[in-house]
Amino acid sequence: MRPFAHFSPKSLDEALDTFRREGEGGRPIAGGTDLVVQLKEGGHKFPYPRYLVSLRRLPELKVLEWREGEGLRLGAGLTMSEVVESALVRERYPALVDGAGIVGSLQTMNMATIGGNACNAAPSADTAPPLLALEARARVVGPEGERVLPVEQFWLGPGRTVLRPGELLVEFLLPPPAPRSAAVYRRHTPRKQMDIAVVGVAVAVELDGDGRTLKRARIALGAVAPTPIRARRAEAALEGQAPTPEAIARAAALAREEATPISDVRGSAAFRRHLVEVVTERLLHEAIERARRG
Amino acid sequence: MPKRLINLTVNGEAYEVAVEPWWSLLYTVREELGLTGSKEGCGTGDCGACSMLVDGRLVTSCIMLAVEADGCQVTTIEGLATDGNLHPVQQAFVEKGAVQCGYCIPGMVMAAYDLLRRNPNPTLEEVRLGLAGNLCRCTGYAKIYEAVLAAAERMRGD
Repeated sequence: MRPFAHFSPKSLDEALDTFRREGEGGRPIAGGTDLVVQLKEGGHKFPYPRYLVSLRRLPELKVLEWREGEGLRLGAGLTMSEVVESALVRERYPALVDGAGIVGSLQTMNMATIGGNACNAAPSADTAPPLLALEARARVVGPEGERVLPVEQFWLGPGRTVLRPGELLVEFLLPPPAPRSAAVYRRHTPRKQMDIAVVGVAVAVELDGDGRTLKRARIALGAVAPTPIRARRAEAALEGQAPTPEAIARAAALAREEATPISDVRGSAAFRRHLVEVVTERLLHEAIERARRG
Repeated sequence: MPKRLINLTVNGEAYEVAVEPWWSLLYTVREELGLTGSKEGCGTGDCGACSMLVDGRLVTSCIMLAVEADGCQVTTIEGLATDGNLHPVQQAFVEKGAVQCGYCIPGMVMAAYDLLRRNPNPTLEEVRLGLAGNLCRCTGYAKIYEAVLAAAERMRGD
């Protein structure tokens, strides 16, 4: 690796001050599982940084807090393993565990953070579709203060986010799960670990009081567009409908149309579109069944 | 810019070591502390040959900056044997002949050691998943899995 300076602030304020003081050419480092590899490759995905600011010791990024009626605050600096091991997350947001629990290897999950997964902005990021389907918001803090935005607005393209220089993703805010709701994430990969999604799909559904119609449906797709996306036409086709196999099949076919994948080493565009339909259909059945059971 | 002084406790021993910010933990442990048991395979966190425990968590030390491990407790392959006796995982690898070229083995042993701390009675499938971040390019996985299952049995005292 070529030289860079490194700072280890102990609070969010100190981290923001470091960026302000040091000026251009800085990058935050969290788990480093993407960043260090990119630095070793010469940093061709971005200008090679002059300095790194470590987020490892910022207590503000380690928050994991549930408030009745408000939902979950999930610190961006939590590792995938910390997310997976949290009883709170396992019980209330299992779809997040579905995503965080399959990133790289165990070693990767012990280092990589949920915020880093978002900031690296790979279209295939496994925690992105669950965050989208659960309608998480991202709290971002920077030199000009704080903003909270839906995660859907966080990504601009492969490797690109709305974060401005010196701005940091601090936490995700997840609304409390509704009664008779369920969410699930699954990806297609040839291997169980150490692989990247060919297609990733997250589905979140909420049934109405008598369980006969879908009050709400959220479908999020990974690895089939420049950013993780919501399949809004598929969602709209389901909402207010009875969750019949026919309605589910129609929605899955719409999700397929909303995907705009590329062909690469992991799969052709046609294969990816096919997978979107198949996985979406399966997950809708699964999520509806789980929501019924409560 | 002068090097940065960091504190590492490696296998129970405290070190103060001067590092450049771009040095990996693996490089620092091998080249500055002289503990060359951990290997660099891919250098990109894919193969697991450099696996160590940092504050009790298995990591690929080739993609962890040494400065990021400042103040941490580190366990490397050299830290497993006690009083000259191999750890049961190491002993089982020897007995099962779970070694071909040997380059991946320090990482395999560390991953197995970590797995058995968390799950003392793993199934074969759980062993396979527990070692999924560790590649053996001699492809000698069958004996490695046998060794891990044998070590688990011995450590449980069955």
